[in-house]
Amino acid sequence: MAAAAVKAMGLVKWFGEGDARTFAVKDVSFEAHFGEMLFIVGPSGSGKTTLLSMISGILRPDAGEVQVEDRKIWSMTNDEIADFRLNTVGFVFQDYHLFPRLTTAENVAIPLILRRENWDDAIKVAETYLEIVGLKERTGLTPRKLSGGEQQRVAIARAIVGRPDILIFDEPTASLDGDTGRKIVDFIKKEILNDRRCIIIVTHDGRIYEYADRIMQMEDGKIMNTVQGALHEE
Amino acid sequence: MKEVRGGKAWLGILRIAYKLLTNDRPKFAALIVGIAFAVFLMVQMTSIFAGILGRASSTVTNIGARVWVMDPAVKTVANNIPMPDYVLDAVRSIDGVKYAVPLYSSGALVRLKSGSYQAVTVVGLDESSLYGRPDLVEGNVEDIYAENAFIAVRDAEFSKLEKPQIGTEFELNDHRGVIIGFAKVTSAGLFGTPTLYTTYKRAIQYIPSSRYTISFILVEPKNNADIQHIQEQVRRIGYLAQTKEEFVGKIARYYMFQTGLGTNILIMTVVSFIVGLSISGQTFYTFILENREKFGAIKAIGAKGHELLVMILFQATFTALTGYGLGVGLCSLLIALARFRLPNYAASITYLNLGIAFIMVVIIAGISSCIGIRKVVNIEPFEIFRG
Ligand SMILES: Nc1ncnc2c1ncn2[C@@H]1O[C@H](COP(=O)(O)OP(=O)(O)O)[C@@H](O)[C@H]1O
Ligand SMILES: [Mg+2]
Repeated sequence: MAAAAVKAMGLVKWFGEGDARTFAVKDVSFEAHFGEMLFIVGPSGSGKTTLLSMISGILRPDAGEVQVEDRKIWSMTNDEIADFRLNTVGFVFQDYHLFPRLTTAENVAIPLILRRENWDDAIKVAETYLEIVGLKERTGLTPRKLSGGEQQRVAIARAIVGRPDILIFDEPTASLDGDTGRKIVDFIKKEILNDRRCIIIVTHDGRIYEYADRIMQMEDGKIMNTVQGALHEE
Repeated sequence: MKEVRGGKAWLGILRIAYKLLTNDRPKFAALIVGIAFAVFLMVQMTSIFAGILGRASSTVTNIGARVWVMDPAVKTVANNIPMPDYVLDAVRSIDGVKYAVPLYSSGALVRLKSGSYQAVTVVGLDESSLYGRPDLVEGNVEDIYAENAFIAVRDAEFSKLEKPQIGTEFELNDHRGVIIGFAKVTSAGLFGTPTLYTTYKRAIQYIPSSRYTISFILVEPKNNADIQHIQEQVRRIGYLAQTKEEFVGKIARYYMFQTGLGTNILIMTVVSFIVGLSISGQTFYTFILENREKFGAIKAIGAKGHELLVMILFQATFTALTGYGLGVGLCSLLIALARFRLPNYAASITYLNLGIAFIMVVIIAGISSCIGIRKVVNIEPFEIFRG
C-alpha cells in the first residue's frame, strides 16, 4: 500500500492541570489512506473532535506526532502549520461556521483569498464549487437565507474549493434530518472522494455508517476496534 | 503550491476584513457613532477653548506690537494698570529701543443715536505714529486726526453700534464722537463689546482717568537680539516687558488656570477624551469579541497570526478614520450653525485641535485594537472547531 495520507502516532491530549487533569485522547495511533472514507464513531465526549483537531493541525497534542503525506506537522512552525491547514486540509466544522454577513460565494472563496488569489477569480472558482454542491442559484445569498442542509453544502464547498488532499468532517449530519444527512454523505462519497483524497468523518449518526470504508470506534479517548467495510446498524 | 506575494495580494484579505466590519450595519453604525461622538466632543471642547483663548488676547494680536511694557500685575489686556509717563521716557532711553509709544485701552459707555447706551472698548493710539492702527476697509486713517474722530471695528460686535455709517455721531461722556472709518481686525474680542479706535490724547481727554494714563507701552526693538536687554532694563524700573508671544501665552494661562471658565473647559476636554475613549474603546472591543469566533474560523482555515493582525488593524483604522471624519464634519457643521445664529460664537477649529483629536482617535483605536488583537491572535481555533 502507498504511503499513508494521515498517520497518527501515539497522540495524547489532556485538558486541565493537576487533579483536574482529564485525558481526552489517550495514546491513539492509526493510519488513513488515500481513496478511503474513514469513519470515527463513538459516544459524545469520547475524544473524537479532539483527535480530529490534532490530525488537522488545529490542536497541538501533548504527546505524539501526526504525519500527513510525508510531513510531520507538529514539528513545523506555526506559520507552516497555518499553511498546511490552508493548502492540505479542508474541514467542515460541526456548526459550519459560515460568515453570516458574507454571501455564500464569498464564504466559499475564503480559502482561495487567504492563498492570495485575485478576488474576482476566487469568486468565480467559488461559484463553480457551489454549482458542484448543487447551490448554483444561491451564490449571491447570505447563509441565513439558506436551510440547514444548504448551509452544510456551502461548508462542504468551502472545504473542497482549495482541492485539499485531506478532508475532515466533524459530525456532518448532526443538525440535519435523516434524509438530508444521507444525501449529503452520499454526495461526499460519490462526488468528492477520489483516489488522491482521504476523507475522515466523525459521527455518531448510525444512519450513515453504510458509507464507510472503514470504521474506527473510539471510547474514552482510545480506539477500541476498527471494522473494515461498511457497518450496518441493526 | 502557488505563492503570490506583494501589496496587491493583501487586497482580498482586506476586502474580507472590510466586509466583516461593515456588513453588520447596526454594529458598524454603533462603532462609527461612538467614535464620531468622541471626536465631536474633543474637537468641540478644544475649539471652544481655542476660540476663547484666541479672543482673550485679540487686542494683543490686533495691535501687533513686538514688545509690550506693562505693570507686572497685569494679567490680561482688559484689566490694565495705568503707568506714569516717566516709564515711557525711561523705556525710550533704553539701548536697542527703536521707538516706544503709549497705548490707551479702556472700557467706556457710549450713548448711541437712538438714545440707548452701549459698552465699548476704546483704544487710543499714539498721535505721531498711530502704531498699532488697524487696516481700514472704509474711510481714511488720516481722518483720525479730525475733530472727535473715531474708527469703528467691523467685527462681530459691530451691529451693537446700530449699523453706523461714516459720519454717524454718538456721545461719549458728554463729548461728541463721530465715526470716520471702519477697520477690520484679524481677531475678534471675547468680551462682547464693540471696539473704537481713536488717538491717545482724545481717549484720555474723553474718558475720565486716574492719575496715570498709559495702559501699555508698545516697543519696537532695533532687532530681536535687543529684546532680552530691553526686558532686563524694564525690570530694573519695576515694570514688565513681554514679547507678543509671551503676553499671549500669559493671557492664555490666565484664562486656562485662573478663571473658572478656562479651567472648566480644560476639564471638559479631558472628560470628553475619557468619555470618547470609553465609548469607542468599549464598542470596538465588543465588536472584536463578538467577531472572535469568525476570526477563529478564519484562523482555523489557515490565516496566519500576522494576517489576522493586519485585518484587525485595518478595521480599526478604517473605523477610526470614518468616525473621525464624521465627528469633525459634525463639529464644523454645528459651529457653523452656531455662528449663523450667534455671530459672536467663540470657537475656532484649528489644525492643532484637529491634530489633537486625531492623535486621540489613534490612541483610542490603538488601545482598543491592542486589547482586541490579544484576544484574537491568542484564539484557539479548536474552541471553534469543537462546536
Ligand atoms: N477545551 C477543553 N477543556 C476541557 N476539557 C475539554 C476541552 N475540550 C474537550 N474536553 C474534554 O475532552 C473530552 C473529549 O471531548 P471531545 O473531543 O469534544 O469529544 P467528542 O467530540 O467525542 O464528543 C471530553 O470529556 C471533553 O469534556
Ligand atoms: Mg465532537
